Amino acid sequence: MSDAALPAAGMLGGCTVRKADPAARFVLRGTAEVAAGASFGVALPSRLNRAEASDPRAALKLGPDEWLLIAADAAGDIPTAALQAQMEAALAALPHSLVDVSHRQMALLVEGPGAALTLNAAVPLDLSVEAFPVGMATRTIFEKAEIVLWRQGAEAFRIEVWRSFAPYVQALLAAVQAENEAAA
Amino acid sequence: MTSFRTAQGGRIDRARTLRFTFDGQSYTGHPGDTLASALIANGVHLMGRSFKYHRPRGPIAAGAEEPNALVGVGRGGRYTPNLRATQVELYDGLVAESQNRWPSLAMDVGEVNDLVPAGVFASGFYYKTFMNPPSAWKDLYEPIIRRAAGLGKAPEQPDPDHYSHRYAFCDVLVVGAGAAGLSAALAAGRAGARVILADEQPDLGGSLLSDASATIDGLPAAEWAAKAAAELAGLANVTVLTRTQCFGAYAQNFFGLAQRLTDHMPVPDPKAARERLWKVRTREVVLATGAIERPLVFPENDRPGVMLASAARTYLNRFGAKPGARAVIFTACDSGYGAAVDLARGGVEIAAIVDMRSEANGPGIDAARAANLPVRTGAVVTGVKGRLRATGVEVGTIASNGLVNPAGQLSCDLVLMAGGWTPSVHLYSQMRGKVRFDAERQIYVPGDRASNEHSVGACGGSFGLADALAQGVAAGTAAAKACGKGATETAVPGVAGEILPRGGYQGAVPHHRDVRKVKAFVDFQNDVTAKDIKLAVREGFRSIEHVKRYTTTGMATDQGKTSNMNGLAIAAETMGKAIPEVGLTTFRPPYTPVTFGTFAGHSRGDLFDPIRRTPSHAWAQARGAAFEDVGMWKRAWYFPKPGETMHAAVERECKAVRASVGLFDASTLGKIEVVGPDAAEFMNRLYTNPWTKLEPGRCRYGLMLNEAGFVMDDGVIGRLAPDRFHVTTTTGGAPRVLAHMEDYLQTEFPELKVWLTSTTEQWAVIAVQGPKAREVIAPLVEGIDLSPAAMPHMSVRLGTICGVPTRLFRVSFTGELGFEINVPAEHGPAVWEAVWKAGEAHGMVPYGTETMHVLRAEKGYIIVGQETDGTVTPNDLGLDWAIGKAKPDFVGKRSLARPDMAKPDRKQLVGLMTSDAGVVLEEGAQITAEAAPVQGRPALGHVTSAYASPTLGRSIAMALVSGGRARIGETLYVPMPSGAIAVTVTEPIFFDKAGSRLDV
Repeated sequence: MSDAALPAAGMLGGCTVRKADPAARFVLRGTAEVAAGASFGVALPSRLNRAEASDPRAALKLGPDEWLLIAADAAGDIPTAALQAQMEAALAALPHSLVDVSHRQMALLVEGPGAALTLNAAVPLDLSVEAFPVGMATRTIFEKAEIVLWRQGAEAFRIEVWRSFAPYVQALLAAVQAENEAAA
Repeated sequence: MTSFRTAQGGRIDRARTLRFTFDGQSYTGHPGDTLASALIANGVHLMGRSFKYHRPRGPIAAGAEEPNALVGVGRGGRYTPNLRATQVELYDGLVAESQNRWPSLAMDVGEVNDLVPAGVFASGFYYKTFMNPPSAWKDLYEPIIRRAAGLGKAPEQPDPDHYSHRYAFCDVLVVGAGAAGLSAALAAGRAGARVILADEQPDLGGSLLSDASATIDGLPAAEWAAKAAAELAGLANVTVLTRTQCFGAYAQNFFGLAQRLTDHMPVPDPKAARERLWKVRTREVVLATGAIERPLVFPENDRPGVMLASAARTYLNRFGAKPGARAVIFTACDSGYGAAVDLARGGVEIAAIVDMRSEANGPGIDAARAANLPVRTGAVVTGVKGRLRATGVEVGTIASNGLVNPAGQLSCDLVLMAGGWTPSVHLYSQMRGKVRFDAERQIYVPGDRASNEHSVGACGGSFGLADALAQGVAAGTAAAKACGKGATETAVPGVAGEILPRGGYQGAVPHHRDVRKVKAFVDFQNDVTAKDIKLAVREGFRSIEHVKRYTTTGMATDQGKTSNMNGLAIAAETMGKAIPEVGLTTFRPPYTPVTFGTFAGHSRGDLFDPIRRTPSHAWAQARGAAFEDVGMWKRAWYFPKPGETMHAAVERECKAVRASVGLFDASTLGKIEVVGPDAAEFMNRLYTNPWTKLEPGRCRYGLMLNEAGFVMDDGVIGRLAPDRFHVTTTTGGAPRVLAHMEDYLQTEFPELKVWLTSTTEQWAVIAVQGPKAREVIAPLVEGIDLSPAAMPHMSVRLGTICGVPTRLFRVSFTGELGFEINVPAEHGPAVWEAVWKAGEAHGMVPYGTETMHVLRAEKGYIIVGQETDGTVTPNDLGLDWAIGKAKPDFVGKRSLARPDMAKPDRKQLVGLMTSDAGVVLEEGAQITAEAAPVQGRPALGHVTSAYASPTLGRSIAMALVSGGRARIGETLYVPMPSGAIAVTVTEPIFFDKAGSRLDV
């Protein structure tokens, strides 16, 4: 993947954009019972479109029976195989689907007071804190790319995007940052 | 040149002078001017030529409704045609030109159209004149008409600017920042609601900026507006968007707003977007869009110097530009008196106020009389003298029988029209609001509330300033309350000194002149006259929508803002009906034209669509690969050596794969992981093949049908575990297949415990194909026995390659021994490089999609979308073996039982061999039984794939041919422009029919 499209380092248009560290990722599908017994390391949220995070692990509930699990452990250790084995063992008795998507997607961190405004060039959701509070996560679109958007802080968003769409998202963010900078 | 700039007043910055050119002539103006106001201050009214008759035209308005003064502004790629000079903000160095004239604006040869005998260019002229011969329309008539009649020219250079989009959300959207809009925004904003206030002008205030007489809360109107604007700017919950036109209302309170960001700047910041499209979702909307003054329809009412009374007031009061030296005010409404009083005070001589009404009274006429202005009641203007500029008018008096008697002439260079006001109900109507006809005032006003809508002030039919302010406060308060905000109450401001607009007229003004010889314009932009509309009615058009299209009244860039009501009134009168019986044309977005750039936003160039690249893209690029687009993907097409043609490269790649080994990037294939205890049952239902007995570790070619029984996708599917399948799809079909599966899973088979996850991008897929494939990968693979006995054709194993986990498939799309190495995508480049290094000793070549296509065609493997077109069944393709006949059901099974699906003359997949081995057929070419096709007899089929086959040393082709399998051995023809090509029908497998090369 080309880094040429990555926005300039530093604040531009009221926000910074950078790649998140690599992580292990899984899509877990199943009932609430599956969620309760997943043995992932953080509790899986029961409320739709909410994330539970206990650094370095996070669970995002994206559908009635769907969780995106992210595990970016410290010191660059990405525990894909161990976690998968651990969870499969814990869930052996329950119908479920656990699929490794660690390399399917990557993450971009958009942070700063202008983050929501920058995202709203391409994301059709109300990103005010009232409508999209900290801890909310959802699958949505970013112009013509599908993303998962997770608000990690009042001014901090994480975009999960399939790897081949990432340069498009990065380039569009960079263009909007420059425009917003010029307009300000 | 005489200056028409007033000595003082107006909202222009007289301390600074701006230079600009119009048609090459230099002029000056001031910041705050529009192009139109600056030209008028220079005494220039002639700004355009009309569409059909090329009549000289000046501005009749001062705002968005302007039909005449359309100009081209800017240079090169920034040239923008058809801008209303009344809305173009002046900047230093602005270059503008008039349109639709040659050789010059004052001397336009097209004006001969105006001299042709009356009636020639009447309604339906084009339809009646250019009927025959039909073929002449496209090649002869249309090009000539397009050159002769028309608006501006599209710029020919690429647009250097960029355009942005933004989604926004609010409690209350207020459209229009006149008296009503400002008071609504203040009320809602003070109450704490999230407010967006949008206005197309650079300053807030609307008509308050042109008002020289009224006061609000003791302040001159414009000062009150400035104070309100300052307060709004200080409210954190209010977003004020100036230079922003709300052009459309869409479903569920969604609005389109076009914001002009840099058009007013002499040197725009190249980083700044030129325009921004705001896509606003709001809970409540306050429409404060005002009203548009109606012209009066009398002979020669289109001469430069004839304009709306409200426009004249705006030019004088807001821009300090006197629109003339001596004026005749033709009015049917009290607002004409207000204009006359303002103009007189501003130093314009008033020749007469000509009021159609037999009796006039009230504050307007009182003010005029107090100023000693000459008033004639019961009188009409029956004509205008002058061609490039009005020089005088003819006046008539209306007798008691309604006929008009001539009553002399008056000299003047300015004629004002005050025909009353038409509420701008465009957005209300776009919101599916149903307008109501106010019979007393003969205007359409908003009826019942549309969804969460509040129409206030003039657009709601309340033309008075005090009413507008009161309604704005009420609506702003109510809208905020509806959103749960209502802490602060806003008092209604007090108004003094306004002249209420009362009265109005619509339709053709009576006159004494020969109707055949005069033109009284209804629609200025489309050159539609009163008699054109009468003619359309006489010719049988009854629906106003038909009258509109036949006469073109209300069409083009201004969409009839000044003409619709007059046209409607004339049509109604001619039919002898009341206006509401005739109806009203539909209001459609956009309110004013929006640039393509604004709609396109970032979707241009490299950002038009995501460009998807595989993990090995950089490697292929470094090798000089040519790429082709497959959906959004860039796929390596072929790998030419320096100086090598595509044909030569493909031939070399094909031979190398058959002789030794080739390396191919298959990462773009769609991949779906189907997991759960019911996975096999789900697969049984979605694919034609049986899956229950497929053992883990084995693969099967899967065929997917749609409900109609036609092939929609295919791919190799591996069973990894009893409850886990690794499904592959075609590159282009991946999203469609996943959606199809989800659709059935969620709506038809919700009882199945199975889940679908897209893993297309999880895996980089490295295909190693050729007799040496096993030798190449063997040193790299750990934990998998690659021997033919342990890992036969169509199997899948989990293990390690180059130290990373792999799902290793033994599959082939070439007919050779082959492996597809799936590794997590981030490891793709490294593993690819390692395989390449290992393969070099075996003469491995990288190959692209073109070689892949040739190799698979030699083996008769189909490509969905090439051999299929949505009407092809498994049997048509000779794929009956892929159908699990013992299965109780699968998607498409019932459809396959329809009699039509078994007809012997269905188009079936066959091979074609040309008699001349060097001739490669054209894909898509038709196939016939005769060398000379018989007209009216359908073709037998068409060529689906055709290549020069390096393996066979001759051309091959696949085709769908009616009853094709029964025709094997027959000679058919492929008729081409250069003559028919004879072909022999064969089986669609050209190489290694036994498949022995796979089994090694």
